[in-house]
Amino acid sequence: MSLVQRALSGDYPRSRVLAVALLLILVGLALAPFVFPGTRSLNVAAKVCVFILLVASYDLLLGYTGIVSFAHTMFFGIGAYGIAIAATKLGPTWGSLALGCVAALLCSVVLSLVIGLLSLRVKTIFFAMITLAVASFFSILASQLSDFTGGEDGLTFKLPVSLAPGTKLLETAVFGVEINGKVLSYYIVFFGALFLFLALLRIVNSPFGRVLQAIRENDFRAEAIGYRGVVYRSVANCLSALAATAAGILYAIWLRYAGPDTTLSLDIMIDILLMVVIGGMGTMYGAAIGATLFIIAQNYLQDLMKLGTDAAAGIPLLPNLIHPDRWLLWLGILFILSVYYFPTGIVGRLRGVK
Amino acid sequence: MPAPNAAEHPVLETHGLTISFGGHVAVDGVSCAFHSGTLTAIVGPNGAGKTTYFNLISGQLRPTAGRVSLFGEDITMLPAPQRTRRGMGRAFQLTNLFPQLTVLENVRLAVQSHARMGLNLFSVWSGHVELIERAGHYLERTALADRRDMLASALPHGDQRKLEVAILLALEPDIFMFDEPTAGMSVDEVPVILELIHGIKQQQDKTVLLVEHKMDVVRSLADRIIVLHQGELVADGNPAEVIASPIVQQAYLGVAVEAA
Ligand SMILES: Nc1ncnc2c1ncn2[C@@H]1O[C@H](COP(=O)(O)OP(=O)(O)O)[C@@H](O)[C@H]1O
Ligand SMILES: [Mg+2]
Repeated sequence: MSLVQRALSGDYPRSRVLAVALLLILVGLALAPFVFPGTRSLNVAAKVCVFILLVASYDLLLGYTGIVSFAHTMFFGIGAYGIAIAATKLGPTWGSLALGCVAALLCSVVLSLVIGLLSLRVKTIFFAMITLAVASFFSILASQLSDFTGGEDGLTFKLPVSLAPGTKLLETAVFGVEINGKVLSYYIVFFGALFLFLALLRIVNSPFGRVLQAIRENDFRAEAIGYRGVVYRSVANCLSALAATAAGILYAIWLRYAGPDTTLSLDIMIDILLMVVIGGMGTMYGAAIGATLFIIAQNYLQDLMKLGTDAAAGIPLLPNLIHPDRWLLWLGILFILSVYYFPTGIVGRLRGVK
Repeated sequence: MPAPNAAEHPVLETHGLTISFGGHVAVDGVSCAFHSGTLTAIVGPNGAGKTTYFNLISGQLRPTAGRVSLFGEDITMLPAPQRTRRGMGRAFQLTNLFPQLTVLENVRLAVQSHARMGLNLFSVWSGHVELIERAGHYLERTALADRRDMLASALPHGDQRKLEVAILLALEPDIFMFDEPTAGMSVDEVPVILELIHGIKQQQDKTVLLVEHKMDVVRSLADRIIVLHQGELVADGNPAEVIASPIVQQAYLGVAVEAA
């Protein structure tokens, strides 16, 4: 097996346009500190990395297993808060970061297994409701326990000194870019997300992943040939929660902050749903495409619209319609159009699935 | 104590097996033992409870009363997947496939289940060539090899019935349960399935339960016939006896023979 074949688990893009798009995303993200060195654009790049992983882990549940969960941001938050609490309470050392990671991952395993075993035996709608309830409870808890979590303000924290923006790691600049703690943090996020994305791609292409698709197709028959649905759904739920927790850890490392608005909010849950549907459910690559497009739109659509408003000044009504405050409206319209015209998502469309 | 003689111990047994759906008793106190090396045909008019009896045996339904035992062990409360893992295999009357997966994948999943590889998380499925080859073998035996890359939902009805049987074979069970395997097949497709069932019956360590309406099929394959009527077991014996018995003659087989 070639290296690429192994890295992709034999699951190729199967469309030239998709392959080119994925390669562009990969190269763009890999070189972001050099190609897009501005603070804002590097923030967007890091967020894209994190959300590709987060959306891919949601696709494992929704697209591959057919489970609707609203608790994904909760696991994302557990990762972010795990690091943040450990760093604030125990100091900005590598040891406390490691402890925060382990504690967050353990917490997610236990919580996802409990939710799964309690509710994955029955109808998926019941599971969806349980996850919504648990996630709401969790975000209330996070805002109430303000001694621990910083409440609504969240926690701003320091990282070990080698990750601090002010730390110069190399004497000489590379391609005119100073190699500092911020660049190192970016690459931790980039490689962490890349590795875990490929791990998820492996899981969906494993014998286990094939069973998940069988359960999604016909769980009655899957049981009849010897696969226990509750076991497979629980393992998928647990793996998905772990990957979301890891995404939260990476995001908090990048932001040096964890708060309800960046991780726990229901808005993010809806964003994840949009990204997975726009990209194409049950494809993994759809997560990469959906997250990239969505986050770029989220960050730059408003700018584009501002340009448009200025240009259209004097024309009646038009400036109002494309005022930056209407960006969510336009995003909504884009979403409806994309679901209408590409029901299988962008990846499904590119692969020629009708 | 002398070692129990395996041949005398039933592989599968039901004791007073009963289920009622809101007052309607679909299976009513059926006690019956099945031995290896035997093909038992289960006959009876539509709605007699044959499929429901199968559902109770293979674990899709829980009985209201009574017990099921497998290799001498009580499995009444055991869920379906564990029964499959202990050697029960079932082909469904109403075709029940993975419609959006290929024909090969439908069978490969059964092979993978038998190989206990479902929880293998970190290897690539297509790298397990031996599973794919085994699946191909079962497709050949059911004359489906040239359809392997089609989606199951795109198969004609007769081929979907064959795929049901291929999945059952791929589970390599000790107990084969066929629920009207040839129903809806065209005349030239039927012999493939009957030869397969005949081949299984030749293996002395296999137990076959066959629900079948066509009397000529039952006559040629069955070692024993049991008759269900309104959920009750009303006749049990060797084919000649049962077919000749007055109750069977007048009540159902007269009808069934005419219909066949
Ligand atoms: N899940 C169910 N709920 C209610 N009634 C059922 C159910 N399954 C079967 N029955 C009833 O049980 C009786 C026996 O059905 P079935 O076992 O399918 O008969 P057969 O296979 O002998 O034709 C029928 O009257 C059927 O309507
Ligand atoms: Mg029936």
